[in-house]
Amino acid sequence: MFVGLDMGGTHTDAVLIAGGRILRHYKTNTDPEDYLGTVTRALEAILAGINPSSIKRLNLSTTICTNAIVTGRSSPVGLLLEPGPGLNPALLACGQKNFILSGSIDHRGRPTSPLVEAEIKAADRELQQAGIRHLAIAGKFSTRNPEHELAIKEALSPGYDFITMGHRLSGWLNFPRRVFTAYLNSAVAATYSSFAAAIETFTTKKKLPVAPDILKADGGTLSLEASQSLPVETILSGPAASIMGALALAPTWQDAIILDIGGTTTDIAFLAGGVPLYEPQGISLAGYPTLVRALFSYSLGLGGDSCLQVQEGRLTIGPGRQGPARALGGPAVTPTDALITLGRLDLGDKAAARQGIAELGDKLGLGTLHMAAAILQQMAGEIARQSRALLAKINSRPVYTVREVLAGKQLQPAQVIVIGAPAPLLAAELEAAFGLPVIVPHLAGVANAIGAALSQPTTELTLLADTEQGLLTVPEEGLREKIPAGFNLERARNRALELLRERLVRLAPEVAGTELEVVEEQSFNMVSGFYTTGKNIRVKVQVKPRVTPLKGDADDV
Amino acid sequence: MYKAARRLGLVFFPAFDWAISPTHPEREERLLYTQDQVLEEGILDIDGIYEYRPRLATVADVERVHVCVPDVMSRVTASHLIAAGGAIVAAEAVLKGEVDKAFAIVRPPGHHALRIVHGARGFCNINIEAIMIEYIRRHYGKKRIAIVDTDCHHGDGSQDIYWHDPDTLYISLHQDGRTLYPGTGFLDEFGGPNAFGYNLNLPLPPETGEEGFLYALDHFILPVLADFKPDLVINSAGQDNHYTDPITNMRFSAQGYARLNDRLQPDIAVLEGGYSIEGALPYVNVGIILALAGLDYSGIREPDYSPARVAQSSRVSDYIARLCDETYKAWQQRETLRAAYVRDKKEISRRRQIYYDTEGLMETQEETTLVCDSCGGLTWIDSRTDRGRHILAIFIPRDACRRCQEEGHALFERASAGAYRDGIYLQDRVADQLLKK
Repeated sequence: MFVGLDMGGTHTDAVLIAGGRILRHYKTNTDPEDYLGTVTRALEAILAGINPSSIKRLNLSTTICTNAIVTGRSSPVGLLLEPGPGLNPALLACGQKNFILSGSIDHRGRPTSPLVEAEIKAADRELQQAGIRHLAIAGKFSTRNPEHELAIKEALSPGYDFITMGHRLSGWLNFPRRVFTAYLNSAVAATYSSFAAAIETFTTKKKLPVAPDILKADGGTLSLEASQSLPVETILSGPAASIMGALALAPTWQDAIILDIGGTTTDIAFLAGGVPLYEPQGISLAGYPTLVRALFSYSLGLGGDSCLQVQEGRLTIGPGRQGPARALGGPAVTPTDALITLGRLDLGDKAAARQGIAELGDKLGLGTLHMAAAILQQMAGEIARQSRALLAKINSRPVYTVREVLAGKQLQPAQVIVIGAPAPLLAAELEAAFGLPVIVPHLAGVANAIGAALSQPTTELTLLADTEQGLLTVPEEGLREKIPAGFNLERARNRALELLRERLVRLAPEVAGTELEVVEEQSFNMVSGFYTTGKNIRVKVQVKPRVTPLKGDADDV
Repeated sequence: MYKAARRLGLVFFPAFDWAISPTHPEREERLLYTQDQVLEEGILDIDGIYEYRPRLATVADVERVHVCVPDVMSRVTASHLIAAGGAIVAAEAVLKGEVDKAFAIVRPPGHHALRIVHGARGFCNINIEAIMIEYIRRHYGKKRIAIVDTDCHHGDGSQDIYWHDPDTLYISLHQDGRTLYPGTGFLDEFGGPNAFGYNLNLPLPPETGEEGFLYALDHFILPVLADFKPDLVINSAGQDNHYTDPITNMRFSAQGYARLNDRLQPDIAVLEGGYSIEGALPYVNVGIILALAGLDYSGIREPDYSPARVAQSSRVSDYIARLCDETYKAWQQRETLRAAYVRDKKEISRRRQIYYDTEGLMETQEETTLVCDSCGGLTWIDSRTDRGRHILAIFIPRDACRRCQEEGHALFERASAGAYRDGIYLQDRVADQLLKK
């Protein structure tokens, strides 16, 4: 049996899956003052009377880190930066104490100016005096050579509570994002660690045979243990849970649009040949762009509870939400009231809903039923318009090779998969607005928790080899090793896959046999004068992201 | 986060799968470290900097500028068309008002490609700036355009294409042709009879430093631009004046390039040469991007930068001061000089030899232009190569007067196919077409 839990800002959903069916589903309000209470309440409900030994997987998606950042309830962070020459680093000073240190590394990982020990010592003293216990260290091009970041850490006093090293976060280049990601990781570490400890206590007390895995924004999971050094990976995993849920409920091999229609927002995502699209760089949170890999998801301020208004003879939907539908005692008329008026939804005070829609209709000279229909049409139209705009943007993303320009591959969705509570009720309008077949999978209302339950561990790794220097670097592993003469792309690819397998065994032993894939590989001749002096090789590998199918194959789900 | 003071469009096309040959300076790796630096600095995240996807230029876009022998597709690869198309994408972003400025960081470059193309010259097959400029004029109306070519090599191709065009001012700063390929670009190369003075060359002595370039900008380029009043300024942004460049002898730095662009503020910059792919390009390109976007570039510096590496001797400074003075005076007196040059001639001819270094090919051109007071003037070129090719190319300029148009068509009709074994071409820019017989 698999357990999945998705904690959203408003609701927390949990499901228990066995034999290809949802055995139980539990929905509760998320208590922002007590996340742990919310999680345990949901799990207690789902697990009541179940033999703990039959639980094979427990996956959680939580908003705890997101919330700590958004509400500012995070730990003060001391930031130690080595920006070297380049863009003015003043705007990157997001810590409570910030230190710009000397020293620099270039694009090939060669140190071009040294660290100054006295600067680090002075920073250390100041941090100790201020009582700051959480640090983040980030250097420009540290992913090409982490030795300066490591040396900075070495020169500090021992005993800080938590230190994030920039090069361990991601193999991607982007110094500002590395700084923000390292900052956020240290800022939420304490909050996350106490949450993780409590979850661990809960599972031990319940005698569950599996350790929980935590959902990441890229639609994969990370073991609870591993997540404690990378808590920032768990931010904004909610949309990923929904997308993976849609994928589990309506598997496809086509290009598709996924819509998750909620109360406040509609989240729009895309599948390319059945595989979810990633954010090109990393997700942004509270104004901080990060290197956290995430599934692409755009949040449109349009949902069942969006407030409806008539302004200057025009109907507007959202982006605000003033409360629940009029039928449920809310102050504003909402699309949910339109659904109730049209008899598609049996909920609350129908007369109140009808009355609200009629008032809007009066302002536009429309009958009540026409008004309700017009609202749903307009809502679907706005979602379709926004989806097309996103698609155009995605299809004009830059490419860097002749082959890619000539191929000119364009994403051309053949279907729309819709999940979220109002999904089945809006299918007709969406089909008209998109001009595409709309699929509303069975259980669309709990797709998010299903996605959490069925997601599998993912991890990635970047290997850089410079045969002129005779060095290989894997930033995510903090690895730097010598390579022999004759090292080439094929050997680099094999080494990368081998290291990824080891990483996967360490982070998620239960899925060590999962399929790995090469995402990107390049090998450039380096020439000095007119002679080839070596090769610059770059390989990116990952665990192939996938969900356990809800029905069928060897898994017991 | 960072916010650009001016909206900047970037077209980045490193052509990671295209090279002239594995060890050629113009190879796959050339923009690799520039891309690394741009990504690591987080430049694409800056509010107000937008990256555009390049596209292929069409054959018609190329034929608007060049006569390719025997035809366009025999002379280019996809990469050439994408570099030209990338420049067009950059220009359109500016002309549509989506951005204030644009920078096309594309390869291969183009400023050595002349009107007639028998092959590659100096890594260039087709002239990507000229293709971009004529695309602009065709789709966005007549414009006065100034090209400031800051590549270390003289842009003989751009000079050739705009030799007869008084609406396009071509200014080139380069290392003296007596010391560097292609061996042209002297003061007396002043423009054709109907555009005399609109081609300005400033051959700088080897070891010109930061100071010399900025002096030339302040005392020559900016004053000339103020007189010419262009609608658009294009920078042919060659970056091989850098002190680390392996095939030139200048002493310019990334700071210098950034300051030059900060003061020049071109509307569109297009990457040309620059072969110090590790020591210069990453820093120079980032410096130019920041300067164009109005961001603080004071922290941009090469790892091995030192004042000694960019210093220039007082002899060089004195020479440049005299050169700027002389060239600016010539520009101011262009009308008088033209009258003396043309006197009462009806047509003016020149004969020259053009060397294609990549293929070791020699072309001999006999070019004749009608003296015309109302347009750029009809031009025709009898072109032979030492491999036995022989063509006649006739050029009717963009704003050709009635007489030049009629004479051009008459010449095309009259010319006997037997006399030119590889064809007779008519580039009719008024009708925007290339005819061949």
